[in-house]
Amino acid sequence: MTMRAIDQKLMRDLWQMKSQALAIALVVMCGVGTYVMFITAQNALRSTQDIYYRDYRFAQVFASLKRAPESLRARIQSLPGVDQVQTRVVAQARLDMPDFNEPVSALMVSDSGRHGLNALHLREGRLPVRADEVVVSTPFAKAHGLQTGGNFDVILNGRRQKLTLAGTALSPEFIQQMRPGSVFPDYKRYGVMWMERQALGNACDMQGAFNDLALSLRAGADVESVIDRIDELLDHYGGQGAYTRHDQRSNRFLNQELTQLGTLASLFPVLFMGIAAFLLNVVIGRMVAMQREQIAMLKAFGYGNIEVLWHYLKMVSVITGLGVAGGIGLGVWLGRQLSGIYMEFYNFPYLQFTLQPGTVLEAAAISLTAAGAGTVLAVWRAAALRPAEAMRPEMPASYRETGLEKLGVKRWLSQPARMIARNIRRHALKSLLSMLGIAMACGIILTGLFQRDTVGYMVNVHFGMAQREDISVTFTEPTAARVRFDLQSLPGVRHVEVFRLVPVQLRHGHLSYRTGIRGVEPGGDIQRLLDAELRQVDMPDEGLLLTDFLAKILDVKVGDKVRVEILEGSRPVREATVSGLVREYTGVSGYMELAALNRFMHEGPTLSGAYLSVEGGQLPQIYTRIKGMPRIAGVAERMQEIRNFNRMMNETMLFFTYIATVFSIIIAFGVIYNSARIALTERGRELASLRVLGFTRAEIAYILLGELGILTLLAIPFGLWLGEWMCYYIAHTMQNDLFRVPVVLTPGTYAFAATVVLVSAIISGLAVRRRIDQLDLIAVLKAAE
Amino acid sequence: MTDSEQDAGARRIFEARGLTKIYRMGEVEVHALRGVDVDLYAGEFVVLLGPSGSGKSTLLNILGGLDTPSGGTVRYAGRELILNDDTRMTQYRRTHVGFVFQFYNLIPSLTARENVALVTEIAVNPMTPEEALARVGLESRLDHFPAQMSGGEQQRVAIARAVAKRPQVLLCDEPTGALDAQTGVRVLDVLARVNRELGTTTVVITHNAVIAAMADRVVYFGDGQVVRIEKNAEKKSAMDLHW
Repeated sequence: MTMRAIDQKLMRDLWQMKSQALAIALVVMCGVGTYVMFITAQNALRSTQDIYYRDYRFAQVFASLKRAPESLRARIQSLPGVDQVQTRVVAQARLDMPDFNEPVSALMVSDSGRHGLNALHLREGRLPVRADEVVVSTPFAKAHGLQTGGNFDVILNGRRQKLTLAGTALSPEFIQQMRPGSVFPDYKRYGVMWMERQALGNACDMQGAFNDLALSLRAGADVESVIDRIDELLDHYGGQGAYTRHDQRSNRFLNQELTQLGTLASLFPVLFMGIAAFLLNVVIGRMVAMQREQIAMLKAFGYGNIEVLWHYLKMVSVITGLGVAGGIGLGVWLGRQLSGIYMEFYNFPYLQFTLQPGTVLEAAAISLTAAGAGTVLAVWRAAALRPAEAMRPEMPASYRETGLEKLGVKRWLSQPARMIARNIRRHALKSLLSMLGIAMACGIILTGLFQRDTVGYMVNVHFGMAQREDISVTFTEPTAARVRFDLQSLPGVRHVEVFRLVPVQLRHGHLSYRTGIRGVEPGGDIQRLLDAELRQVDMPDEGLLLTDFLAKILDVKVGDKVRVEILEGSRPVREATVSGLVREYTGVSGYMELAALNRFMHEGPTLSGAYLSVEGGQLPQIYTRIKGMPRIAGVAERMQEIRNFNRMMNETMLFFTYIATVFSIIIAFGVIYNSARIALTERGRELASLRVLGFTRAEIAYILLGELGILTLLAIPFGLWLGEWMCYYIAHTMQNDLFRVPVVLTPGTYAFAATVVLVSAIISGLAVRRRIDQLDLIAVLKAAE
Repeated sequence: MTDSEQDAGARRIFEARGLTKIYRMGEVEVHALRGVDVDLYAGEFVVLLGPSGSGKSTLLNILGGLDTPSGGTVRYAGRELILNDDTRMTQYRRTHVGFVFQFYNLIPSLTARENVALVTEIAVNPMTPEEALARVGLESRLDHFPAQMSGGEQQRVAIARAVAKRPQVLLCDEPTGALDAQTGVRVLDVLARVNRELGTTTVVITHNAVIAAMADRVVYFGDGQVVRIEKNAEKKSAMDLHW
């Protein structure tokens, strides 16, 4: 089959404009790629979560208590709405890992078999059968290089016991395995393990009893009333308040993360696709407008408007289609990478990755519509002219003096400078659109980079100004204050600050939040509370300080009273006055003066843990000594926390930061290169005329590139402003009770964004300069247009 | 009158010897010039007459430093032109040559005055833009933009722009090609006046034989060669031309 002549023309035109077409296709590719990447990753993680929860029967209601007889189970089972009930034994344990000196702690959970709630997904080995067998979470096993059949010592309920590894597993209940009080996992120092129920019960003096509860609900059950009934039942047994899956720690973390990802998944693609679509529209519009004479010629030959339009739509579709195809491929690949990272991070047993046809269609539809609209408008304008008219040289466009010149600036401007000024003025809309395009490209570079700056800043504030301890220790249970002197007397310990941590439910009106109140020593040097300006907050003698975001959640201001439902001991309910707010970027909690909290709790001087600052190089000795102190449940090292934090950030957030940066650089280049190329085509004739008049190449390059330069220079501050605004928007949409991301943009980041745009402009300028040097003077002058 | 007789009366500005120009259009070679020898003298008004494709524009472009010949030499004011050196040719065009084109090639974003200033700002000894525009009868249109002027007026601006630098030669390629007869005559009258008053050697390309009557000499072109050269015993005034 031979190709029709008009299609031959299509192919040749495309080949002629290959570098421009490529630049446009790249922009489309980045837009579509981001879109597909985020949407597919988001879908994959959501559906993986759903299927995992369903297949492994993740419970819907949870409760912890001091101790209750197993006989209570039947009464719980008979509550209306309750489906499956799982009573469990859960205990904190300390581990003595071979070849690892630092203290390691673990959460020991009784296993409920293959068919119970919160079933385990075994990765290796089998479920525990014998009393000395244990299944450990896969990431913990990996971190320590544990093999099935291997042994390690555990100190459970003050007794040392040797355990054998029966297998490794993942659980829907512990997708996120984090030490209480920490917001990032540390698999080397904290793990979850499962033992046979009876064996764990014996070890913890829980024979015929349980201290933890998980249950599932029948369809249509009234969750609130189930929770109230359970709280009533557990009241006598030291219940700490039942809560739903929504407040379950691992699930909440996961949901927050997925929601954040969802926010990015809706924000970034909209941003990138929007910008790509805008650029596509502008660039295609101008490109087709350049074909005015050819359109007239086609019409003169007898082609109809529709055929002409179709011809150009095909041309544009090829370019856009290339970008879309590339973008989908790239997006799927990146989506897989991103989901893979998250899968690893969340310890999903598998990943449900599918590319939804809808996503592909959406991306293609958005791109083709944007390109099509630009084409239709441009072709319509050209085709509206009668052929003879369109083939005559275009009337000189009308120009006026610019306002600036009228003000008297004119006498300072050379003729070329006036040409630049008037061109920008004459094609105000076109100039504005080019500028806007460059500004957007500049802006999205910031959105890509600001997270990196922010993470650095958060680490500085959190670990440098607020949490300045070398290690923190937590006690197995509230402990008399004299323990402080035991810690102080450890060799190598420079300074000790203690704290009391009380789990509470805070209520204000119908709003409530489950968290802890931390009693801290006033004027502390290790742990400091900071206000919004990061100045140390003076701890009031009475009253409660709240994280500012928690005050927002509870809708309280300084001076308001909140109801404090204490979730330990006899679970008293009290009232406290909010006497100030503190700024924190991770987590939310309440703070009181240590003695005030002890008074509030009607208890003597009692502590939950301590912060230690230690002499350099003394940590190993201190660890050895602490290992011998049975009251200490866990130890966290600040440097390790910083490393964990950075690792988590690097693994998740910074992946797309990198992608976004690369994409925005491509977009910046695509926009500027095309603007320059189109400007050259539009003004080639004028520039050739100047060459004939004796202007040098450098002089005419100045006129063309000067305009581009001015637009770029104007676009950069605007783009930085736009980018800053986008960063605030992203930070605002992403804030939640686990993380508040401050917008921090370092001068270096601004400089980087500006430099990327400038370098793109310079490279584009050089590429176009080469073409200016090759201008065919005679041909340009001979042709009418 | 022979060449030697001309020598006695006027200086030779251009001496073109054995000029050939071959365009390669894919597989085909087009011989635009097939060995052209021609001399142009200071102050004369020459019309190059011939059908399209006869090579006259190619000759003009080579003389003006816009194009390079495939063979032969051009001497300008006694010195050989190095036609393939872009920097020198830019300098040559900037200082010595004025161009007028069929489609004016004005810069639409600049006023009449500024279009002329564009050249006077880079010239060595120019007249003022106002003087140049007065010479073409546009002293009242100084601050008009191209879009606000008729085709004839635009072409007169182009002429003013070409002569403002006081070039030795003025090369005009179909200057009336896009104009109606009445306007064309006015433009030609301006060219004749510039030639007379400034003594600028003026070369006009046309395929309109009527225009030949206003020239000092007429060079007939055909098939890439000079067919013959005629000298008008009596020049007509542009205003007396009709077509």
